[in-house]
Amino acid sequence: MSDVVERTLSALPGLLGQHDPGAGPGGAGGPGRVSASSRLGSLIRSITALTSKHEEEKLIQQELTSLKATVSAPSTTLRLMKECMVRLIYCEMLGYESSFGYIHAIKLAQQGNLLEKRVGYLAVSLFLHENHELLLLLVNTVVKDLQSTNLVEVCMALTVVSQIFPREMIPAVLPLIEDKLQHSKEIIRRKAVQALYKFYLIAPNQVQHIHDKFRKALCDRDAGVMAASLHIYLQMIKENSSGYKDLTGSFVTILKQVVGGKLSADFNYHSVPAPWLQIQLLRILGLLGKDDPRTSELMYDVLDESLRRAEINHNITYAILFECVQTIYTIHPKSELLEKAAKCIGKFVLSPKINLKYLGLKALTYVIQQDPNLALQHQMTIIECLDHPDPIIKRETLELLYRITNGQNVIVIVQKMLDYLKEGQEEYAIISLVGKIAELWFIQTMNAVFSVGGDVVHSDIPNNFLRLLAEGFDDEKEDHQLRVYAVQSYLALLEEEDKLYPQKFLQVMSWVLGEYFSLVTDVDPEVILTKLHSLLKKTFVTSETKAWIMAAVTKIASHTSCSKTVDEIIQELSSSLDTCLRQYAFELKHLCEDKALMKSLLPFDASCSDLVVDASLSFLDGFVAEGLAHGAAPYKPHHQRQEEKLSQEKALNFEPYGLSFASSVSSSGVTGRQSPTGLSFGSDISGNSAETGHKETNTLKLEGVRKLWGKEGYLPKKENKTGKENEPQAVPCGSLLAGQVGEAPALRPEQGASLSEEDKEKQQLASTLFIGLGASAGVSLMGKADTATQKFKRKSKITETQQLSEEASDFQNSAASNFDPLLDTVPDNVEDSEGSVHTGLRKGSPSSSDTVEDNLAFETPQSLRKSVLDDRISANRLSQSSLFADSNIEIFQPSSSAQCESASETPLVPSLPEELEELPHSEVVGLCQSDALALHLCKVWTDDSLLLIVFVSNKTTAALHAVNLILESATSHFPVIEAQSVEHCQKCVRMNKVCTQAILPASVSYQSEMETCLEFSVTLSLMDFIRPMEMTTEDFGKLWLSLSNDVKQNIKMSPCQDSLSAALDTLQQKLKLHRVDVIGNEGILACQLLPSVPCLLHCRTHSGMLALWFRSPCAALPDGLLYQCQKVMEES
Amino acid sequence: MQFMLLFSRQGKLRLQKWYVPLSDKEKKKITRELVQTVLARKPKMCSFLEWRDLKIVYKRYASLYFCCAIEDQDNELITLEIIHRYVELLDKYFGSVCELDIIFNFEKAYFILDEFLLGGEVQETSKKNVLKAIEQADLLQEVSTSSFSGHSVSMVGWDSETSCSSKLLEGIL
Repeated sequence: MSDVVERTLSALPGLLGQHDPGAGPGGAGGPGRVSASSRLGSLIRSITALTSKHEEEKLIQQELTSLKATVSAPSTTLRLMKECMVRLIYCEMLGYESSFGYIHAIKLAQQGNLLEKRVGYLAVSLFLHENHELLLLLVNTVVKDLQSTNLVEVCMALTVVSQIFPREMIPAVLPLIEDKLQHSKEIIRRKAVQALYKFYLIAPNQVQHIHDKFRKALCDRDAGVMAASLHIYLQMIKENSSGYKDLTGSFVTILKQVVGGKLSADFNYHSVPAPWLQIQLLRILGLLGKDDPRTSELMYDVLDESLRRAEINHNITYAILFECVQTIYTIHPKSELLEKAAKCIGKFVLSPKINLKYLGLKALTYVIQQDPNLALQHQMTIIECLDHPDPIIKRETLELLYRITNGQNVIVIVQKMLDYLKEGQEEYAIISLVGKIAELWFIQTMNAVFSVGGDVVHSDIPNNFLRLLAEGFDDEKEDHQLRVYAVQSYLALLEEEDKLYPQKFLQVMSWVLGEYFSLVTDVDPEVILTKLHSLLKKTFVTSETKAWIMAAVTKIASHTSCSKTVDEIIQELSSSLDTCLRQYAFELKHLCEDKALMKSLLPFDASCSDLVVDASLSFLDGFVAEGLAHGAAPYKPHHQRQEEKLSQEKALNFEPYGLSFASSVSSSGVTGRQSPTGLSFGSDISGNSAETGHKETNTLKLEGVRKLWGKEGYLPKKENKTGKENEPQAVPCGSLLAGQVGEAPALRPEQGASLSEEDKEKQQLASTLFIGLGASAGVSLMGKADTATQKFKRKSKITETQQLSEEASDFQNSAASNFDPLLDTVPDNVEDSEGSVHTGLRKGSPSSSDTVEDNLAFETPQSLRKSVLDDRISANRLSQSSLFADSNIEIFQPSSSAQCESASETPLVPSLPEELEELPHSEVVGLCQSDALALHLCKVWTDDSLLLIVFVSNKTTAALHAVNLILESATSHFPVIEAQSVEHCQKCVRMNKVCTQAILPASVSYQSEMETCLEFSVTLSLMDFIRPMEMTTEDFGKLWLSLSNDVKQNIKMSPCQDSLSAALDTLQQKLKLHRVDVIGNEGILACQLLPSVPCLLHCRTHSGMLALWFRSPCAALPDGLLYQCQKVMEES
Repeated sequence: MQFMLLFSRQGKLRLQKWYVPLSDKEKKKITRELVQTVLARKPKMCSFLEWRDLKIVYKRYASLYFCCAIEDQDNELITLEIIHRYVELLDKYFGSVCELDIIFNFEKAYFILDEFLLGGEVQETSKKNVLKAIEQADLLQEVSTSSFSGHSVSMVGWDSETSCSSKLLEGIL
């Protein structure tokens, strides 16, 4: 550098000449202190002296006016100009516009001496942005300075280029900068590399050809230059990691040297060698090693070394550790390193320093999917962080919880999120959080509700759901997100070709797709049309659903120009046997021919616009009169028909789909009953818009429906709580838990005694939050968790039944509480072997659950469980609703499952796995056997499903190969069954159509000397699917009144059980009915058909007879139950 | 790094450096909101913020807040150290730097920043090298700048605002 100094010193006389001769050099204060008495100084001081913003404004405006005059005066010297620039920068910093000075800044950079140039360049870099047009005027100056022999000038030019430079002018300076890569001074080389990095960022293709120069820079003898080149590499590797795998070795070597302290001490920062360099390298390695075991292999050593070296207790080492941990979790995993990294995360999480704690939580969030156990280890810290005074920590904790949300803890987590929202401060945070809640809760919940609840859900649930989606909340952006999410999730669901979805769900999907397809811009409408088209062709789709689909097709068609798929659909359906569909096809055809009409008829997102409705249907008067004149029966209002129907016992349920709609149908005779949006514009298409409008509003039921979901999600209502005022609602879980502290069984003794109330609460919260994350770490808290959740569940079930009894619109509620049990069944099937045991046990039967739960222990390896989980979640989330709702049979692999080993040790005597043993179950009965095999069956009645456990025992002394068990449609395959051992598989069964008895055909095939196949069948009774249903008398009364299908029968009571209570006892024990209340000679009982169809029974004794009166929303259920009652009463 | 802001406890901006192109209006809006948000935080709270879609790392030195916005994958802790290294550089350059030094010599503070961070990336981490580069350019200034005065002079009229003259690194190292 000495040559620079020399050269500049030689230029000094010239420089000095420009200055006021009067001012002598001061320099008392240190290098370059500017006097407060300078113009800038006085400006600053006078501003500080001011008291009001208004005064400040006035002063600055004054200053700016005088500055403007000065800078534009031709007599102004460059030195004065320099001072003006500094003042201008100051004014801009205060927020005042001073664009008149920009051009002068460029001039100063161009014409000034070194000092003035320096200020000129600084002003340019502060004033202008890279697309500013004035920037072009700087290019010449930069080119000139790059060619200067003065190093300081070159440095300045490079500095400004690295900050802002017009993209289109890069070619003008690129060769000069490339030259600088060979410069003898490292500072020039470094800045040149940095300028190239800037170019790469703004115009990557302009520097494509000099990649080899980057490599040279990477190998530069100066560490600073090398470090600068890492910026470019990091960027390039981010974009395309596979192109730079060959450099992994080099990066590892560099990192090794840095970590080993081989760099000059200049690069040390608080005695840690080049931490910036280390972090940069770690990030690069993370990107290179991601999903690449071979490359990851190369870096294990150095990562280990980095972890080990970073031991000094200083922030900078934590920075390195954090980056290290991130890298370790990003690359292909190595258990040894993961262990160390996990320990590190623990250090962060437990640190008293809040910054480290925050990063610990962040790291946990990052790794949670790979290692949920880690979160379990720190669950108490996480709970504490939930109530941390710093909202940032809280928010990060919620983010973490968001990642571990599953069916069992969703309610608690969403509640926590809502709490946070209520404290809500910042708009941005609220938007993102609400989005998460909506995602987590709303769409997913509803998806689960529709797919699991299937066609038993009341039609108002989908209607209300759609209404909500259409009306939206107060926030446009949020609505948009929600709708986009809905469309995307449905498209993803329809992706699976052969999935069977419930009709109602398909209807919802088609409505949403039709209404909001255009919000999702990256999907071609044609793709959606094709999907809908293929649905139309499916046989399982009912014609009602097809009508919905057609409406969606029509809507999409109205927003796209001609589409082949639409034409095909019209073609196909024009000859359909279904008159309704045929009509749709014709309508669509006509509309396609007249696009203008179509557009006006089907405006986008108009589902919420108010339409004028002629509710009295006066335009039909003529038609009606004509009909009556021709001898048609007079119209009976709905309730009248309902009454008439009720008076006839066992009448079929003709309950119409939508009330007002039905009336319009009956009078107009248009087959629009099945239309989802009521777009049945038949003959009167051009004329009577009022009618079309009428229907359009009908289906969505926009009027008179109470708003149950608000911005914060579900709004619990008072009415729901009738008779349970003291009981907490299903949602506010915190209070629920609090209420249970007293009654909950003690913790494990060594813990329990010493814990304060508060801690207990926290532990309970922990257990509800971390439930389902599973495995051994959770066990210590499991006992508590279980009781809490179980009670929780029971309650939610009660609410559910209550809600069934409520008015139609109230069905929204059951969406909320349904969620728990419903989603619960999902993980059941998903995790199957362990999972179902897990949840099943937790819920248990009413008689045994509480005691059983404490004994829980899961020894199954986490990995197995996880992989099963991952595989299944996507496949089973929305399972078909055939009799075998979830047709997966999980096999216990001998190598991976503890249960299986125990099963194989027990020779030939099939016994239930320990966990299932505790549940109510049937005896193990033989199904069939051959010389080689014996099959046994055991039914396990879990709270929410029927589990069939099929045991396959190998009676021979040799191993049997390729054993396939086919039950209904599901196959389970045992590759090998060892000699004299028993394997088993399990299957969750649900009843789809009510019948007293069902026979499932099944077969087993195996390979011994030859392929053998045994056929057998499994008989299921209605009673296998009946569970007691707890409720209060009030709820019973309400529900009773709301149900329409009833069956009455008097049966004789045998002399031995002449009392009512004896009869009720029999029913309770043998039929698993829940005894709600007994008043005098009347008794009421309740039960449910899985998943949640209630059936109520009213009994009355009079003169040796027992009068049974059943009511249920399902028509066939009372009949079936009556049959069972008669049977048990006769038997006893 | 997306930008760096220095502002006083009273919310007065002392330095701003933007590494991403934004309109003046946006810059003003971001500055205003961010200054408010950061000033509202209590001293014992975490130095990191998730603010809009940015990560904010801030630290207070005496009367001055240093505040950086970084990208999602960036390391928060190292950003804190960037801030600290910058303060160290200022301290070394001005000799026990205080807010006043930065107020009156903000262009110097910019020069130092540009030698340390370039285009949002760390350019030179060695304290010695950064200061060498600055001093070389300053050498000219020493000779050519006419009006020099001591530290004490610049304090005139600031006695009431003693907080501005407290050393940024005091009690920290």
